[in-house]
Amino acid sequence: MDLPEITTIKKIIKENYKVKTFYLDKNIDAKPGQFVMVWLPDVDEKPFTLSGIGNETSITIEEKGRFTKELFKLKAGDKIGIRGPYGNGFSIKDNACVVAGGLGIAPLKQLIGKLKKPIIIFGVKNKDDLLFKNEIKKHKINACSDDGSIGFKGFTTDLLKKVISDKKNKIKYIYTCGPEIMMEKVFEIAEKNNINCEASLERYMKCGFGICGQCAINEFRVCKDGPVFSSSQLRKMTEFGKSARMKTGEKVPLKTYYSYRTK
Amino acid sequence: MLAIKLCGLALKNPLLLSSGILDLTAPLMKKAYENGAAAVITKGVGLKERQGHPNPTVIGTDKYLLNAVGLSNPSIFKFKNEIKELEKVNIPVIVNIFAENAEKFAKTALKAQEYGADAVELNVSCPNITKEEMVGQIIGKNPSLVEEITRQVKETVKIPVIIKLTPNVDDIAMIAKAAEKGGADAVSAINTISGMLINIEAKKPVLSNKFGGVSGPAIKPVAIASVYKIYEAVKIPIIGVGGITTGRDAIEMLMAGATAVAIGSAVYYRGIDVFRKIENEMLQWMKENKVKSVKEIVGAAHGST
Repeated sequence: MDLPEITTIKKIIKENYKVKTFYLDKNIDAKPGQFVMVWLPDVDEKPFTLSGIGNETSITIEEKGRFTKELFKLKAGDKIGIRGPYGNGFSIKDNACVVAGGLGIAPLKQLIGKLKKPIIIFGVKNKDDLLFKNEIKKHKINACSDDGSIGFKGFTTDLLKKVISDKKNKIKYIYTCGPEIMMEKVFEIAEKNNINCEASLERYMKCGFGICGQCAINEFRVCKDGPVFSSSQLRKMTEFGKSARMKTGEKVPLKTYYSYRTK
Repeated sequence: MLAIKLCGLALKNPLLLSSGILDLTAPLMKKAYENGAAAVITKGVGLKERQGHPNPTVIGTDKYLLNAVGLSNPSIFKFKNEIKELEKVNIPVIVNIFAENAEKFAKTALKAQEYGADAVELNVSCPNITKEEMVGQIIGKNPSLVEEITRQVKETVKIPVIIKLTPNVDDIAMIAKAAEKGGADAVSAINTISGMLINIEAKKPVLSNKFGGVSGPAIKPVAIASVYKIYEAVKIPIIGVGGITTGRDAIEMLMAGATAVAIGSAVYYRGIDVFRKIENEMLQWMKENKVKSVKEIVGAAHGST
């Protein structure tokens, strides 16, 4: 049944100055990378990736637009509508490098827990944007920031090149989630080095279960065929990193789409 | 065995992708075609872009889907690229259009024709729009408006004109007759049935528009009855739509009087390859029952008079 189920918010953790994790009183048995539709009656319904599953079921959200502002007003004990989980999720492979950009760490957190000694690259604008420090601290993190306030000053892609070229690392798989422009570069690097890549993509969604066609990227539905796409699928996507569909269905440059999405 | 002609269009089988499902973009419509649909009917498009309603816009249960998307579309002018992309690879494309009056319908249909549409389907049946907007079923409930709009579009374009009818009326056959009188080449029946779902914990309707349109298996008997009634009232072909999910459903719809069958919600129940599945199930039934062509069974349930 693809209907929202009213669910209580168990607790809310402030991750940083703009990000909160909402733990739900509902055990969702999902794969890392799957998402749920979150309904706020009288406001809207939006897709959010699960940052925790099972009895730790959670969503991690940045206060950004109208919907998330409303969500941030809620307290533990308040109720929201949840349906899902939806989408395919990540595969689990050894010799992996995980590349996260900002809040892109949310779906990757679960994956990291299931991988054997992954190398993690985590890029943020500034050290204040870091999150999940406790959850991922047992792994070796290669951090980078735009301003050098934490880790390497520069991009995740610079670090990725270094990690790959160090043959000791034997990287065979790259998982990525973050700004699409970053993921496009990550995929380029993966292709050049003949390494498999999986990227978690985002588009405006309606049904969440593959029938309305709103979240199309070429012939792929992000909600049903994705949101995680493999190298062979990414190769076929002429729209990846280039364009996206607005609510009206109009195809626009990715920049135009992003400026609308943050409203 | 399955090939048919619909309003002069030669189709490899009688199965069409229904309007509203996977039909906002050319690549997904192409995928439906590759999965066995003989033609695609696009998302409803108008002269101006529309954002549609906020989410939730579509919800699903094991028996029905309920939607109120709200005619979101990029406008016929920006939809041009999608139509052209389908035309380039010779996929028969029926453009579903909506408008407030006959003149705007004609203008939109003319653009669709110019961009390469093989036919237009006039949406006079969308249930998910407020009364003030004067589009959708508010038109389709009025036989003289349906006749007037059909006539003006017919006078404007050369391509076939199909009228999609709403079941939310007293007598759907009377509306079909009005369309025929206006010169329609075919009718599609039925659009969704007005409905609502309330979440009892939230004490609120789930759809942001509160009301929506019900589709899927639950509405099949209504669709079958509507097509049966229309078949007895008009001579023009009928595209049967509403809850068709299996090969047996499709055969039943043909026997009720449909020349072709449009499939939408079944994608939810059986996946995007539902067209191929239904096609195979039809072929098997036809072999078992020694039916050589689907044309033989159109209207078969009406008996001989």
